[in-house]
Order: sequence, then C-alpha cells, then structure tokens
Amino acid sequence: MAFVTGLRCRECGREYPIEPLNVCDFCFGPLEVAFDYEAIRRVISRQRIQQGPGSIWRYQDLLPVDRSERVDINAGFTPLIKARNLGRYLGLENLYIKNDSVNPSFSFKDRVVAVAAAKALEFGFDTFACASTGNLACSVAAHAARAGVKAVVFIPADLEAGKVLGAAIYNPTLVAIDGSYDDVNRLCSEVADNYPWAFANINMRPYYTEGSKTLAYEVAEQLGWRFPQHIVSPAASGGLYVKLWKGLKELEALGLVEGPLVTRLHLAQAYGCAPIVSAYRKGSGQITPVRPNTVAKSLAIGNPADGIYSLEVLKESNGRAWAVGEGRVAEGIKLLAETEGVFTETAGGVTIAGLANLVRTGTIKRDDLTVALITGNGLKTQEAVQDVVKTVNIEPNLGSFQEAMERLEAKGR
Amino acid sequence: MANRRVKFTFPTELIKEPVIHQLGQQFKLVTNIRRADVREDMGWVILELEGEEAEIDRGIQWVSSQGVRVDPVGGDIVEG
Repeated sequence: MAFVTGLRCRECGREYPIEPLNVCDFCFGPLEVAFDYEAIRRVISRQRIQQGPGSIWRYQDLLPVDRSERVDINAGFTPLIKARNLGRYLGLENLYIKNDSVNPSFSFKDRVVAVAAAKALEFGFDTFACASTGNLACSVAAHAARAGVKAVVFIPADLEAGKVLGAAIYNPTLVAIDGSYDDVNRLCSEVADNYPWAFANINMRPYYTEGSKTLAYEVAEQLGWRFPQHIVSPAASGGLYVKLWKGLKELEALGLVEGPLVTRLHLAQAYGCAPIVSAYRKGSGQITPVRPNTVAKSLAIGNPADGIYSLEVLKESNGRAWAVGEGRVAEGIKLLAETEGVFTETAGGVTIAGLANLVRTGTIKRDDLTVALITGNGLKTQEAVQDVVKTVNIEPNLGSFQEAMERLEAKGR
Repeated sequence: MANRRVKFTFPTELIKEPVIHQLGQQFKLVTNIRRADVREDMGWVILELEGEEAEIDRGIQWVSSQGVRVDPVGGDIVEG
C-alpha cells in the first residue's frame, strides 16, 4: 500500500484527500503528494529495495501508488555508466552518465507516466490524455496501450512527422491543433476542465511528478548508496529538477544514504527557452514567461509550472543554472555519441553542453563525482544532427574501395 | 455560467494600468483574485473569471491585446 497522507498545497499548505486534483481551490497553488515518512521509515531498507523488481517499482514505498501489472511497461532502472572517454575529453575523472534514453518509450517520461497511469487506473479513469510535442505523447500512448484503455493525445499541427509516428504507433486518438503554442496550451487546459479524463500532467500532475524521484534514487543506489557531488539535469517545466532534490532529501532523511547531502544539483536549458536560467541570473524570485524558440523542443516550456520552486532548489542545493547556446546543443549530442556510444536527443545535448560549461568555469573539479542525466533518445530528434551523415561513395570493386581508404588515410581518418 | 482560472503576467509598462478593473467593466465578467506578486519590473496575478464561456474568451482576447500574457494557472500544459 502507498504511504500517502493526502495532497498539500505548496503555497498555502491546505490539505486535500487523494483525488485527481492538481490545483488548490483556495489559492490556486499547485498540490503536492504528502507522505507518512514515519511509517515508511519503519519498513524501508536498502535490502528491501534491492529485492524489488528491476524497475521504478523497487521504490514503491516512496511512490504515491501501488504497482499495477496492468499498466507496467517496465520503466526505470536504466544503466549508470562510467563515462571514461567523455570524462577524459572534459577533464573529469569520475563522470557518470545516467542513460534514461533506454526506457521503454525511449525517455525518462516513462517514470512519471507509469506513476500517473497506475494512479489513473486506481481512480477508475478509462482514458489517458496529454498535450505534448514528443516524449510525453509516446509514453502516455504506450502506457494506455498496455493498460487497454483509450488514449487521447493533443499535438501541435506542425509537429515533425517522426515525432507524430512515435506516438501514433501505439494507436491513440491523435488530435492535431492548428494554432500557436499558446493556443494549444489554452485549449488543452479547457479540455482538461471539461472531460473526465486522466491528463498526465494536469489533474494527475501531483502523482506524475513523484515518478521523477526514482531517477535520484537510482543514481544513489547505483553509486553504491552514495550521493554524487554534482548532478547535471536538463529543465523544462522544472518538475524533474525539483523532484530530483526531493528524492535525494528523502534518501538522506530515511537513512538510506548516509548524509550529509552534498550534491549540488545543476540545471541546464537551451538559450532559446531559458526562463528559469534568466530568473536565476537576475537573482529574481520571479519567472518571466517566454515564447520558446529552441531546437531543444522537449525543453520548450515557456511558462514552467515548477519554475519558482526550481529557483528555491538551486539556492538550497547550491546549484548553478546555465543556458547553453543553440549551436552547442547538437555539439553536445555528437560529443556524447562519439565518446560514449550513447545517442541522445536535444535535451541530452543541452545537458552535455551545460556540463562542459560547469567544468570550464571551475564549478565541477577534476575528481568530483559527477552524474549527467540523459533523459531521451536521439532517434526522436534526428533532424538536429542531420549533418553528420557523410558517406564514402565508391564503385562496386575493391580498387575503388582501396582508393577511398587511401584518401581517408591522407585526411587522417 | 463558466469559470476559468488564469494567470496574467504584466510587463513593466502595464504595471500601473488598471487592466483587471477594465476587464470587469468592459465585459460581463466577475474577476476574483486569489494570489498575486506585483513588483517594479513585472507582476503576475492568478485569478478566476466567471461569466459566459464566450464572454470569458472575449475578455481574455482583450487582455492579451493590451499586452498582458495569459496562461493556464498551472503553467504550460504542452510538454516535450
């Protein structure tokens, strides 16, 4: 059973029962799941976790829902790899890559959607829904397929064909909205108010975001129950970033990892959509919404729901926030692929470029234990790196091949 | 009658303008402020609008045309 006491408003502290609800009726602040940590402390242990399944459900005691086989597509427990080559390139001895691009629908969204979908079944919903430009759509459609319920996925009409296919393959109802980014946001908000569906990041949001904590748990467990000195995360709504910190604090408070919590949690956004970084730089506690114009479309959230709370975590964890140049995103993708054999999407490119900045400016030192979060798969954003395709064209005979090889050797390849 | 929860974000040049007052005067809408943070350089107000659905749409359109950004109360809905 889940160790949950209810929902609590992050702004005014009012409490609500466990319901499909995301906004406080009184002050319209966001609701968050509240746990009974004393009860959790009595049952949880490293051993209990390690005996659990090789998925996010090994941390079920810390999630607001019971595992449901019906909806489970085996999200999480992805590889944490020692990045020796990338570390050497950047000047780091203890760099790790948390490769969440190998989740079942190829992004970290499977962690959050798994929790939201299981909760939606508990509530008795027969339709999962979301509005997305990519990863979330794929994950919601995949979980709905597994659960045998309907999926309705809203997308902007001008979305790239590859991304539409990535969701369409699971056979959801795909609704393409012809309008601006703001129009799509506004309409989906109204649809969510008027239809009795489980919207992953709207009425399911308090439960959905808790799934992000599992990324922090896994990093610590896979490091041998240690806190790294640095974690570098991409940020869009800020939901992942904020919940990473919540997860790390829970590990410390429950004694699963020996404190103190030393991790500095850093955040990276792309220059064309960096409202959290802008507020951090200004030293403002205010997020000024922006209209996204970035190649990192999976991070294109101009009005981030957890933006203000991200600023609080930056302060509390002594983290730094970086906006990386748009041109650096593709460079980051290529660098990770060429050094570690991991092909990430644009959000991962942002993480790697942000990591490089943190090293270059001396925030991360050579021996520091550092983890970079790779949250999505490169096959989803191939257009960002199309220029890598350079073939060696030859005639179908050995002589032609040998000549080509000689030309390549002369060029030093 | 319908209700809609929205967030208005005001740029610096509109901080001193009584936009919400005018919204209530020019349209058949009840405006009910729940939370706000207004500073020298920018401000936001989270409020509920009550009225006919079409009137809410017209009111929001007018507020947007004044240069105020209007968002869903919980932030962007569309995610990557």
